[in-house]
Amino acid sequence: MTQNQLPRWVDIGLLPLINILAAFIVAGIIIALVGENPFEALAVMVKGAFVYKGSLGYTLYYTTNFIFTGLAVAVAFHAMLFNIGGEGQAAMGGLGVGLIALWLGPILHPLFVVILAIAAAAAFGAIWGAIPGYLQAKRGSHIVITTIMFNFIAASILVWLLAGMLIAPGQMSPETSRFEEGVSLMKIHELANYFGWKMARSPLNLSFVIALLSCLGVWVLIWRTRLGYVIRATGFSPKASIYAGHQPARIIILAMAISGALAGMMALNEVLGVHERVILNFTAGYGFTGIAVALMGRNHPVGIIFASLLFGALYQGGAELDFEFQTITREMVLMIQGLIILFSGALAYMFTPWLARFFVRAEGQNG
Amino acid sequence: MSSKTEKNGDTKSPFAIALKAINKQFGPVRANQDIDLNVRAGTVHGIIGENGAGKSTLVSILYGFYTADSGTISVNGTPLNIKGSADAIAHGIGMVHQHFMLVPIFTVLENIILGHEGQKGLQAGMEDGRAELERLSNQYGLDVPLDAVVSELPVGIQQRVEILKALYRGAKILILDEPTGVLTPQETDQLFEILKTLRQQGVTILLITHKLREIMAITDYVSVMRGGKMVAHLDTGDTDPTKLAELMVGRPVLLEADYPDANIKDVQLDVKHLSYQDSAGAPVISDISFALHAGEILGIAGVSGNGQSELLEILAGILQPTDGDIHIAGKHITAEQPLGPAEVKALGVAHVPEDRHAVGMVLPFSAAETSVLGYETNEALGDSWFFSPSRLKTHCAKLMQAFDVRPANPSLKSSQFSGGNQQKIVLAREISSDPKILLVGQPTRGVDIGAIEFIHKELIALRDRGCAILLVSVELDEILSLSDRIMVMNNGQHMGVVSRDEADPQKLGLLMAGITDGAAAS
Amino acid sequence: MADLWLQFILTIDATLRVATPLILCAMAGIFSERSGIIDISLEGKMLMSAFAAGAVAAVSGSPWLGLGAAILVSLSASLLHGFACITHRGNQVISGLAINILASGLTVTLGIAFFAQGGQTPLLSKGQRFTPMELPAADWLGQNIPILGQLYKEIISGHNILVWVSLLAVLVTYHIVFKTTFGLRLRAVGEKPEAVDSAGISVTMMRYQAVLIAGILCGIAGAYLSIATGAGFVREMTAGKGYIALAAMIFGKWKPWPALLACLMFGFLEALAARVQGVSLPVVGELSTDLILAAPYVMTVILLAGFIGRADPPKAIGEPYIKER
Repeated sequence: MTQNQLPRWVDIGLLPLINILAAFIVAGIIIALVGENPFEALAVMVKGAFVYKGSLGYTLYYTTNFIFTGLAVAVAFHAMLFNIGGEGQAAMGGLGVGLIALWLGPILHPLFVVILAIAAAAAFGAIWGAIPGYLQAKRGSHIVITTIMFNFIAASILVWLLAGMLIAPGQMSPETSRFEEGVSLMKIHELANYFGWKMARSPLNLSFVIALLSCLGVWVLIWRTRLGYVIRATGFSPKASIYAGHQPARIIILAMAISGALAGMMALNEVLGVHERVILNFTAGYGFTGIAVALMGRNHPVGIIFASLLFGALYQGGAELDFEFQTITREMVLMIQGLIILFSGALAYMFTPWLARFFVRAEGQNG
Repeated sequence: MSSKTEKNGDTKSPFAIALKAINKQFGPVRANQDIDLNVRAGTVHGIIGENGAGKSTLVSILYGFYTADSGTISVNGTPLNIKGSADAIAHGIGMVHQHFMLVPIFTVLENIILGHEGQKGLQAGMEDGRAELERLSNQYGLDVPLDAVVSELPVGIQQRVEILKALYRGAKILILDEPTGVLTPQETDQLFEILKTLRQQGVTILLITHKLREIMAITDYVSVMRGGKMVAHLDTGDTDPTKLAELMVGRPVLLEADYPDANIKDVQLDVKHLSYQDSAGAPVISDISFALHAGEILGIAGVSGNGQSELLEILAGILQPTDGDIHIAGKHITAEQPLGPAEVKALGVAHVPEDRHAVGMVLPFSAAETSVLGYETNEALGDSWFFSPSRLKTHCAKLMQAFDVRPANPSLKSSQFSGGNQQKIVLAREISSDPKILLVGQPTRGVDIGAIEFIHKELIALRDRGCAILLVSVELDEILSLSDRIMVMNNGQHMGVVSRDEADPQKLGLLMAGITDGAAAS
Repeated sequence: MADLWLQFILTIDATLRVATPLILCAMAGIFSERSGIIDISLEGKMLMSAFAAGAVAAVSGSPWLGLGAAILVSLSASLLHGFACITHRGNQVISGLAINILASGLTVTLGIAFFAQGGQTPLLSKGQRFTPMELPAADWLGQNIPILGQLYKEIISGHNILVWVSLLAVLVTYHIVFKTTFGLRLRAVGEKPEAVDSAGISVTMMRYQAVLIAGILCGIAGAYLSIATGAGFVREMTAGKGYIALAAMIFGKWKPWPALLACLMFGFLEALAARVQGVSLPVVGELSTDLILAAPYVMTVILLAGFIGRADPPKAIGEPYIKER
């Protein structure tokens, strides 16, 4: 009765769908309990995410964040490391972008600043991921606990800097000055307009393209490179990895650095693409959503794109709930997110025995 | 003559255990098929069979770890429905597991009373337990320090704790699952003494083993299992090892195959004064020296856990020695300047590890991926950064063909092959690197008979091509039939080297037991 | 000088108040993790029960009913955690995370649906809350006996009942874990579940009992936040306290008394942070509140890395129990 006995399409296609459906059914029941029609809510969310003018751009803007954080969780997971520090790594990535933009913005050409800022986002995230990786590999600290702690430490550092050294002069709220003109990633609608294609305004920017390229990069890394092979070998069996002459400690640190870099790049969308300054809490829990995304997407870049799109639609559609309903709001989405993590993560194989029985019986009748 | 009655046990009363038509299936695997078994009270009854014959499943059903799909269990004539260990314990069945069921950080006393603390609270329960245990220790001659922390005790004593625990829980029927695998010969002897005492006191003992010697040494009756079925019930006195082996395997077995003599050439591996201490500082290998020549197989014999495994891992670069020198193909390796597995491999050393599941392969990997484990930097598989999956598959398909791996499908997960085919994949991978030195650990553990012959022939062929082979095995028969010279290890020490012509089980047995006096030398 | 002394006493008093939910959650964590179940859902359970307490106390007017509701809600979250981790052998970290996120979403969603106050529950009056209990003669002693009297008035007296419950919880936890049969089995099941199983005790039942006890304790902690120190539920009011409690439990090496000390230390840091805000101290200058608040996390990382002693978790933690084949 293991998932091994299930046909492949059931295991990677049907089962995740059933798990998501279960999450939506429970969410629907809760909506019904508070006195609203779940189908109406769904309709509002779908319209909000895809139908209204500019809504798709917003959906894809959210999707960008989730692709980065989802990939981050997935890469670590291939080394059997549970990185729940995406939130902190993204925050540090944002700090990296901010420091480069504020420091070099007035000096260098914006294009160089942007390139360096992208590198800084990855580098800061990588360091914030590599330290827990180091502590796991060399000191035996449990990566889950360390990354949780690092989220809080990153948040404290950011508050401290934004309320102190980096605060914009004459400003009360904890955020930096706006970056120099041109130190940002171009909006997709501006780009489209430039080529004469009319597109509604949205925060969607070039970081979406970077996210898609990262998907390709992760796929190549994990399944087409020697490093990916070694990462997976280390994840599945550290003993076999040592036997084969790999250095698991180094691989763990490296995998966490790559994971952290991907999470850090989430800041490209929020800090460099949208706000053009570092603001407090710009990570807004997207790092945690990355866990749901990776779980749903089965740690595969293609799955992650679809899962990110779903969550992008949920976030954008969820915002629409605020306008249409008295009693349900965008926090609904957080609840659905929790349910999805529950069903496609912790209860991932609850339906497996049931499905296995179904398919074993079906096979029995055929054969 | 009194042994006659003792041997037959109690013939009037119903059987202590009577199993009838037990069936148990795991997915597609029929682990137990229509098993019948009758065990007389007050006897030592052995169940023998190869790995995977279904012995462990059967006793797990008896002890309530698994529930049988069908069949009946009767204890002392009463049919029972055993749903869990608690039911088994309640009916006087105790079990000493192959892997001890002891909480390492608890004391002996805490471990024994766990689950049977009584109704008076923990403190009072411990005191009552102590008194009762002292009585039991005296009755059965089981000396155990009650307040010692279990993790600090030697395995032999831990096993005694397990036996005492079963007795404390009121066991009249004691199941021992492969009890000697972790013991030294001396500890094994002590265990058998204990079992004899228990039998005198009326305890029924069910001994699960795959070692013929133990069946002959201690049991009154023996039942033989093969491929999930019970194939024979015998009086131990009426049988002999050859017959039992034949029943276990299902056809006549040649305990020793005759391979041509070796053509021994120059030294490939020279080990001098090698020592190794584990992380706790306990000596595991003490001052070992030997040389391995091209074109020979040097067998290392010894009871499991006497330092052979560590020796293999040190030579492969996985463990670092604490002292001594190693020369591999002219390269000098010391404790101060050890080499890692990758560097040792680069010197032309290949390694078939003892534990192929956890070490030799990555089970969730495809066969193609496993077939390059440790050789993934091989230029033939793609350029320096990227892999070519198609080349990987072609490479694996070639190995599969050469070593007759079935099914010959490189995309199948490594875990989906049988033990024998998995071992062939590992062996193929290591041999195909054309090594100067091959380190082999337990090459045929958990491997079916057909594959054993194949693997042995491949090793001999490799030897004849001039490779130096170091063979570690706990199967004495394997050592005897393959090795040109045999080195015996006991308690981390080199007990002596015996040439193939001089070697026989008795001589090796004494050395393995650590006896090197005149009797062994003559 | 007298002023500094009073400041000190008030900080200690605040420490106790801040530490109370940490203590309750740390004890909850000890029960769960000693049984082998990782519990990062302390945060979520506390948040859910804070909401339940606030809502029920507001509607019924009784803090006791509020407390009861808090415990019930927290228990159901524990059951869910158990169902995922014990029955379905799910990943314990993922399950805990799901509960935390679910709690964030659910409390606000239901809060808005029920009370339409942006996710808060209505402000509670004195009678709807657990209010501070002035011990006999506290005022008189505080004014007339210099040091001891002040200690009595400010530190011992004037706490609500749940503060005392939390301290009692430490005593009870210690007794249960180390002095009872249940505790022996609990410790065994987190170290070597096979040993417990082969002794004829159900690993599943042991673990369920442990996570349910954790549920009760988290429920009390949640109620403390919304209907004892607080006057109603505010969204995200746990603000990471569950994680600090987790850190304190690790800091206390899964033992009740050391965990209590860690909770008090972390509580002290938080109380101190509140007091030094904007205050310029001699020598060190103005301390950053934000950095003081990060200290528990930094200290836990350092401890886990083995730089100051070792913190070894129960051996079988995080591993679903599967009978071997």
